[in-house]
Amino acid sequence: MIEIRNLTKTYDDAAVVNDVSLSLAESGITAIVGPNGAGKSTLLSMIARLIAPTSGQVLVDGLDVQQTQGAVLAKRLAILKQNNQVGMRLTVSELVAFGRFPHSGGRPTVEDERHIDEAISYLGLDDLRTRFLDELSGGQRQRAFVAMVLAQDTKYVLLDEPLNSLDMKHAAAMMKLLRRTADDLKKSITVVIHDINFASIYADQVVAMRDGRVVLQGESAELMQEAVLQDIYDTVVQVREVEGHRLGLHYL
Amino acid sequence: MQAAASMPVRSRPTAGLLLAVGIVLVLAVVSLFIGVADMPLRDLVSSGGDAQALQLLLVSRVPRTLALVLSGMSMGVAALIMQMLFRNRFVEPTTTGTVEAASLGLLAVALLAPGLPVFSKMLVASAFALAATFVFLRLVSRIPASSSLVVPLLGLMFGGVINAVTTFFAYRYDLLQSLAAWTNGDFSSVLRGRYELLWIAGGLAILSYIAADRFTVAGLGESFTRNLGLNYGRILAFGLVIVSMVSASAVVTAGTVPFLGLIVANVVSMTVGDNLRRALPWVAVSGAGFLLACDIVGRTLRFPYEIPVGTVAGVLGSGIFLYLLLRRRARFG
Amino acid sequence: MAEKSSRQRPRIALAVLAVAAIVAMAAFMTVGAKGNWDFVLPFRGGKLLGLLLVAYAVATATVLFQTITRNRILTPAVMGFDSLYVALQTALVFFLGTRDLANVDMRLRFVLETLLMVTMSMALFYWLFLSRQRSLHLVVLAGVVFGVFFRSLSHMMQRILDPNEFIALQDMLFASFNTVDQQLLAVSSAIVLVTAYASRRLLAKLDVLALGRDVAINLGIDYQRVVMLLFAMIAILVSVSTALVGPVTFFGLLVANLAYQAVGTDRHKYTLPAATLFAIVALVGGQTVLERVFGFDTALSIIIEFTGGIAFMLLLYRNLKR
Repeated sequence: MIEIRNLTKTYDDAAVVNDVSLSLAESGITAIVGPNGAGKSTLLSMIARLIAPTSGQVLVDGLDVQQTQGAVLAKRLAILKQNNQVGMRLTVSELVAFGRFPHSGGRPTVEDERHIDEAISYLGLDDLRTRFLDELSGGQRQRAFVAMVLAQDTKYVLLDEPLNSLDMKHAAAMMKLLRRTADDLKKSITVVIHDINFASIYADQVVAMRDGRVVLQGESAELMQEAVLQDIYDTVVQVREVEGHRLGLHYL
Repeated sequence: MQAAASMPVRSRPTAGLLLAVGIVLVLAVVSLFIGVADMPLRDLVSSGGDAQALQLLLVSRVPRTLALVLSGMSMGVAALIMQMLFRNRFVEPTTTGTVEAASLGLLAVALLAPGLPVFSKMLVASAFALAATFVFLRLVSRIPASSSLVVPLLGLMFGGVINAVTTFFAYRYDLLQSLAAWTNGDFSSVLRGRYELLWIAGGLAILSYIAADRFTVAGLGESFTRNLGLNYGRILAFGLVIVSMVSASAVVTAGTVPFLGLIVANVVSMTVGDNLRRALPWVAVSGAGFLLACDIVGRTLRFPYEIPVGTVAGVLGSGIFLYLLLRRRARFG
Repeated sequence: MAEKSSRQRPRIALAVLAVAAIVAMAAFMTVGAKGNWDFVLPFRGGKLLGLLLVAYAVATATVLFQTITRNRILTPAVMGFDSLYVALQTALVFFLGTRDLANVDMRLRFVLETLLMVTMSMALFYWLFLSRQRSLHLVVLAGVVFGVFFRSLSHMMQRILDPNEFIALQDMLFASFNTVDQQLLAVSSAIVLVTAYASRRLLAKLDVLALGRDVAINLGIDYQRVVMLLFAMIAILVSVSTALVGPVTFFGLLVANLAYQAVGTDRHKYTLPAATLFAIVALVGGQTVLERVFGFDTALSIIIEFTGGIAFMLLLYRNLKR
């Protein structure tokens, strides 16, 4: 379990994340939603020790992320930020192989190779293995990065807006994939997501943030209420039920 | 220039500007009375003009102070004009290869036609400077506006490449010492008869005031300029000629000072904005003041020896430039 | 198929470069040697060792630096770190005076200067790169201006010095490709061996670092520690090369980028040796050709500045188009 205790991050006296306490489940998908500037990405980065908190604590299976050795955490928790740009010219399989670094230390074993192959197949990238990343489309590249994170074989996976550069088709496919990963591999996947409807359909649990604070944590049905959404997003959102899913309409 | 003069914008000099002029005058007076040879003011006044002191004043001190004022003024103005034409805050003659090209031109003259009069030397150096600046302008014209820091970076490298060529020939023909003198400003050897070219630079700086509005418009972009019915190419040419001749006259006389114009233009723009009609006088005055102050520091720091003004201004100038670059607060999301 | 040929290419490139480097070294030792080999070999051998150390130091410092900063146009020298070292040398004379300093063993002084350099440059590195996010272009431009600042500062201190001390200082600072400082060879070799050992141990981590801070941390790298360690190594290597031959702005930029092109991969086990080999070919070969064949003595550094400057502009341009 990931426990977040009184986590705060301030920049020049402005609190981006303000006294957040949460716990993230051992398995399933948790979606973090909220308007721009709510502090979602900063929270995710602090959980993954990419940003040091101003105060508070994050425990991953009881390990304090600020104190624990990076290599130890890397076998338990993986994060993928948005806008990944690799300065290096790498092929898809080379990138995915880096996911095994915490386990292999740069010298992949047969076991590591198996994980790499599985991750590549799982993301449907077999035909693209030897292609260089800069020759891929945005969606393909995103999948390659997700494959790297899966090859890392951690219990916890944090994804910062994984749908960002994807079109409708690929966004839905990515969410289905995450759902399948969480179910098949029993992983705990936490995603920062903009589209509340994806959260509504695919997430087991939602965390809604506004102005650096958590305003709601619970099942998606609790989020998908007109009054709740209006409070979080400060705009009128109508909620309709379509084939058993509650969808928010903010276009009207 | 007729149309420019008839442009309606007129602004009265503010009290601040008058104060700045006053400070520069004080600095100029201080500059007159610092030196190895003792020259108390009362000697000049009391004995009804001590012949020797007066001589010193006229032959050495006054020319030096004038040269500083003219250089500072014109380098500041040249930088500001360049910043408008390049639409970039970080350009000036020493970050665009202009000065280096002028040096190359001067070296060419020294090697091929050493007998030329000094004015012709300056013209040749100007031609080199103009050509290089124009080439550089073409070079960076295709760079997206968002990457404004690339322009000075490219310019510094461009200057470095030109400088390598110059150094190579200077080395072969044993002229390295002269080369160093051209680019590192040093006013200690300025005497009557050896600085007068700077009047041309000063004159050009004043002349540019007439076209101030046009440079402001050019700073808003080529299409914007054309939209107002102005001839962009002509404004560009006029500006580049001013910049080249100012740089060349500095190189030929006392040497250039790195980043002087850049800093002055930036500080002025931060305080009074970019309307050249208002900014140009400020830049001219501040440039003169900055150079005078640096020179005074250089002459007193290690008295009776002198530290060249280019060195003092190099330390101060690059320090301030760094501050300008890095002061912007980090953004976070 | 593609995978196989891409695996072969770096090895072939390294082999070709190694042969070229050996040819260059052999030519350096023999071309134009007249008479007494007992004199020529040790004399040229010392010079050759100096050039080899410089080649390794510049190439390695540059590649490491470019990995940490994830770009191909920044180098320690472009960032003004050579000039920082000269400024520190000058500052020592400035504050201690040449009389005191003359009594200190040259090697001891070198070690002292290197330690100072490591402290200063790590502070500067940290401030520029780690304390906050800055755009690459901003950092580069700031670095270039830092170079001017340090040069002006050295110059100013030199001018404030007593003229006698100034002359002594000039003697101390006078180093170039053809007047490699022989006294420092033993200390420099030792330092270089230690850093070479350390960089071998970091090889696998270097590849991960090149993926960027966030990915590297995610993969379990203790980012801050590793990066500061690398910065320290870079500072040491810059001190070695600057003490031996003085500042050379574009040399590292040239050899590192040639190496990336030649091996066609970004794996450090290929790029690091390739850059060093390129540096050896350029330095030793270039010095042989210019000095022995054309009789130009200090032209090599000018030619490097010229081609390096052009290469830098091209790289910047290409970088923009992406």
